[in-house]
Amino acid sequence: MDLQVLWFVLVAVLYTGFFVLEGFDFGVGILLPFIGRKDEEKRAAINTIGPVWDANEVWLVLAGGATFAAFPQWYATLFSGFYLPLLLILVALILRGVSFEFRGKVEDPRWHATWDTTAFIGSLLPPLLFGVAFANMLRGVPIDGNMNYTGGFFNLLNVYALFGGLTFLALSALLGALFLNLKTAGSVQETAAKIAARLSVPSFVLLTVFVVWTLITTRSTPAILAIVFGSISVLALLAGFIAVKAQRGGFAFGLTVLAIAMNVASIFASLFPNVMVSSTDLAFSLTIRNASSSVNTLTVMSIVVAIFLPVVLAYQVWNYWVFRKRITAKVEDLHY
Amino acid sequence: MDALGLARSQFAITTVYHFFFVPLTLGLSLITAIMETIYVCKGDETYKRMAKFWGKLFLINFAVGVVTGLVQEFQFGMNWSEYSRFVGDIFGAPLAIEGLTAFFLEATFIGLWVFGWEKLSKRVHALAIWMVALGTTISALWILVANSFMHFPVGYELVDGRPILSNFAELIFNPHVFTQFPHTVFSGYVTGAFFVIGISVFHLLKKKNVDFYAKSFKVGTLVALVSIGGVILVGHAQAQLMVKQQPMKMAAAEALWDSEDPASLSLLTISDEKTGTTSVDIRIPHALSLLSYNTLTGEVRGINDLQREYEATYGPGNYVPSVFMNYWSFRIMIGAGFLMAFLVLVAFFIWWKKKFKLESKWWYLLTAAITLPYMANTTGWLLTELGRQPWVVYGLLKTSDAVSPNVPAAFVMTSLAVFTVLYGLLMVVDVTLMVKFARAGVEDDQPAIQAKAG
Repeated sequence: MDLQVLWFVLVAVLYTGFFVLEGFDFGVGILLPFIGRKDEEKRAAINTIGPVWDANEVWLVLAGGATFAAFPQWYATLFSGFYLPLLLILVALILRGVSFEFRGKVEDPRWHATWDTTAFIGSLLPPLLFGVAFANMLRGVPIDGNMNYTGGFFNLLNVYALFGGLTFLALSALLGALFLNLKTAGSVQETAAKIAARLSVPSFVLLTVFVVWTLITTRSTPAILAIVFGSISVLALLAGFIAVKAQRGGFAFGLTVLAIAMNVASIFASLFPNVMVSSTDLAFSLTIRNASSSVNTLTVMSIVVAIFLPVVLAYQVWNYWVFRKRITAKVEDLHY
Repeated sequence: MDALGLARSQFAITTVYHFFFVPLTLGLSLITAIMETIYVCKGDETYKRMAKFWGKLFLINFAVGVVTGLVQEFQFGMNWSEYSRFVGDIFGAPLAIEGLTAFFLEATFIGLWVFGWEKLSKRVHALAIWMVALGTTISALWILVANSFMHFPVGYELVDGRPILSNFAELIFNPHVFTQFPHTVFSGYVTGAFFVIGISVFHLLKKKNVDFYAKSFKVGTLVALVSIGGVILVGHAQAQLMVKQQPMKMAAAEALWDSEDPASLSLLTISDEKTGTTSVDIRIPHALSLLSYNTLTGEVRGINDLQREYEATYGPGNYVPSVFMNYWSFRIMIGAGFLMAFLVLVAFFIWWKKKFKLESKWWYLLTAAITLPYMANTTGWLLTELGRQPWVVYGLLKTSDAVSPNVPAAFVMTSLAVFTVLYGLLMVVDVTLMVKFARAGVEDDQPAIQAKAG
């Protein structure tokens, strides 16, 4: 495997980490208005992701940074091209991040309601818009011979991309419900289980259609790996659906994680060796070859990743281990 | 304003704003870590309550620092795509390494620290806040490695006109990093220290929880004492490097239009930038040579000579940054710096005399002095970045060639408006909460409450 392929895989892994990990904490934010009316219930929900959401978001920051370092042309084309959706994502993430910290700082129902709303919107928009962005990268957008995006904002709002956005949104919400089901007790857990059961069918339908749609729109002959990953994704969610019915919360969560990861993997496998497809002229597409950094930079980055990624994974796993217990609504346990 | 002007305004606003929060994060994480370590070593519960109280203020600040940092990671691509394409081979790597080695560390261990009081042992819990402090410092290192390349490009070779990484070690060991990094980090520690000193004095004047705030005051003063010395000494070395690496920045900062040997230091210069003439010019002879070279003589080149020289090297164009902005940024930064050094000595005097029963209203000036590091931090960065203009990468790429060519002005106008309003609102909320919790102070120092807290 050469360095450019390796870094394509690494970027895919980072985005996968982001969609899985931040997926469930976006989900918790999305479900905030539905998880219970009482303040303790909402607090319990927020506190389940309290120790981890910030680190989960770093997966996105790192995905962005890695794209910049390994494929600067991709970074430049993507973020300048998808300017307004990215602006919305940033605003959403800003609002969401401060919501958790600010919410509990003033004892006033209106204050709480304000930050609950921003946490909800801030959690809803990113998976939706990232879904739209990834679908567009695959489907192809107008890119000229200088690698610059030449379409407008509304180019990005096609049916396939919006469908992709809805799929990502539904999967995040489902994963959030399953996470809450594992991490809470009492009324919050019961509500979360009900929501998970209700979301699993629509999520399954959306994912199946999206996976098939992705395979048939992007190429004349789909990549074998994309078919494999896509199939695993659909089957995993089907199994997850059965696990939800059987009230096996742990299995349901694990299988949904697998479904999301394989869906992202399938997207990247369909994209390969392109990173952004040009609808103006296929020859203008950005590929892992014409968008990448020099061998020297990729080598240095590979060494750094080989040293530090295992360390990072180790302390992140430890973090999840420390906070493995369910959150009760006991006030002493809550920070937010 | 055109797309370039709007993009520059947006970068200035979002970056200056982000750097309101970064220095306090640097400083207060260290101070909280020191307090908790004293608690672990001596078992004095007061230090645990200190770590919790200052940690709470730290977290409010940290939240805004984190979310505004997100914008930093993406706006190079959004607004400066030509820049990203041009330097991507070099600039992206330190940014990605920052994410991997620093952001994960900060973000993971802050979660452990905040939620882990009951779940981790004392020592491991204290280690968590040290990891946060380490993470913020490593973060500063990598972002300054990236920034230093913009000021003093090294470790590259030009391939088809684009800089390609040739030597990673040279990039990290850029001499620019070795002054800029300690200067920035020490400034952060000073910011945290003044924050702690200022709020402690406020409560000492109220004569409540005197023991708690006297101890906080001492930790703050200790950190301030070491760091302000560091800031000034490194700052001196940094200015000497500036004379060598970016003589135009120094010439503009000193409003030195014509080369001088021996060179004089400006006390007050008012000049017309269009004509390059001065109407008021009060200067100390020899002083600039002395500061630049540690000897009484030595040539410091002036703006007019440098402009001629750059035209010969880089072709026709205007290579003079805003003299007004550089000159006054430099002076506000240094003025605030020395005022802080004086105030640190005053604080040390209070400690030394053990006069924690403060009476005079004049001591509130130490509370007001919380604003000084913010002024110095902001003007320091204005000098650094504006003094490099018209270059975005010194000698390699001009700012005007760096902007995204395909992002219409209307889009940039939209994002500029959105960020300005959003950041403005966040500032109001952040400051309101900070003042609320800083004023309320720690819970009263009573045994019952102490037992509960322990």
